[in-house]
Amino acid sequence: MRLILLIVLSVVLMTMDHRLAQMAHVRSALSLVLAPVQYLVNFPVVAGRWFTEGLSTRRDLIAENANLKAEQLLLRAQVQKLEALESENRRLRELLHSGSRILSERVLIAELLAVDADPFTHQIVLNKGSRDGAFKGQPLLDSQGVMGQVVEVGPITSRALLITDASHAIPVQVNRNGIRAVALGTGAIDRLELAHVPDTADIRPGDLLITSGLGGRFPPGYPVGTVAEVTHDPGQAYALITARPSARLDRSREVLLVWPRMQTAPVEAETGTAPEERESGPDGAGGSGEPAPEGSG
Amino acid sequence: MSVTRPRGGGIIAFTFFMALLLTILPLPEWAGPYRPSWVVLVLIYWCMALPTRVGVGVGWLMGLLLDLINGVLLGQHALALAVVAYLATLLHQRIRVFPVWQQALTVLVLVGLSQMLVLWVLGVTGAVPRSWDYWLPSLTSMLLWPWVFVILRDVRRRFGVQ
Repeated sequence: MRLILLIVLSVVLMTMDHRLAQMAHVRSALSLVLAPVQYLVNFPVVAGRWFTEGLSTRRDLIAENANLKAEQLLLRAQVQKLEALESENRRLRELLHSGSRILSERVLIAELLAVDADPFTHQIVLNKGSRDGAFKGQPLLDSQGVMGQVVEVGPITSRALLITDASHAIPVQVNRNGIRAVALGTGAIDRLELAHVPDTADIRPGDLLITSGLGGRFPPGYPVGTVAEVTHDPGQAYALITARPSARLDRSREVLLVWPRMQTAPVEAETGTAPEERESGPDGAGGSGEPAPEGSG
Repeated sequence: MSVTRPRGGGIIAFTFFMALLLTILPLPEWAGPYRPSWVVLVLIYWCMALPTRVGVGVGWLMGLLLDLINGVLLGQHALALAVVAYLATLLHQRIRVFPVWQQALTVLVLVGLSQMLVLWVLGVTGAVPRSWDYWLPSLTSMLLWPWVFVILRDVRRRFGVQ
């Protein structure tokens, strides 16, 4: 009977999709079929923005232009300072005989397609795919911090998982003193949890969490979130620490796809399978570049 | 009964296409969980109206597209929609003569069943949604059924889909 046959087929399909890495190619091919639907749904949003831009008054445009110029001036000034710091950093590292860390990464601006996914998973759809060089596991930033990583690449679209998804984890470091931890997504868009942090760790509300770069997937030094609350429950083995993501996960439209260049990574991440292996064992490995000052406070 | 030649396959495909569009149409944050299962609604209608043309196979295919467009495990909606299509074709003669509120109750049961099948799959793969909001689509689908029914019936009559 057809129903039985199709049920069996579904179960086989689910098992294959869950277990086999090769299914990613099938998905990527099939996503091409649905890309037109996604672009079509996105179209009214694009058209609306085009209209508002086309109909904005001259005065508004002049004001916006002035604002942007002021902001650019400010950012330029900061970049100048940063360049000086970068060269100083490189000089100091050379003095210490440790390899210099490359601070600049190649980035590409991608735009979100206005597409709603399942409300219970935190995924977004981007308008860049393998044609633009996106790859599975690629980090995703916005102007404020880390947003997530690409999990599925089609030829002209790709799908990314946000750091707040319940299945996502990202290795982080407290900016103030270098304590390492893993930030887990909770399924709530404004909440991360730090896993397995001892009660005695020096983490306070307001601390900035940055990527540690230890997983080999995210480039080091980008803001992930700020610690919101630290609870010490005597009945629990670890402290319960929640953080608020820095990136505007539910508001950003333009995002940055990053090609990380890390000194610890021996090869450029190109294949879809290699990052899986490097992901394992995020702690302990690669301590060369991390000074980890414990008693700086 | 005279021989009826199948007509208007394009119209059926178009209604499914619209349902897919509505499935991913951006909604405000608060309205997201209330989104009805458009594809299931359209599937139930066609299974009821034209059980010889739309059945288990079409349901399975639409479920597969739904999986792809939602970015979830391939096959979970396919499984659920195939079962729903099977039941809808099995019961089509009864559903047709029900008053519309009773049809809506049937829709509640069928959409609820599809959600439960998906929930099982989610449970096996370890991605269970924790809030009761998960079941809201069944309710909104039930409430919207009368309108979906009338619209699709008019579409079927206007374009002579048979």
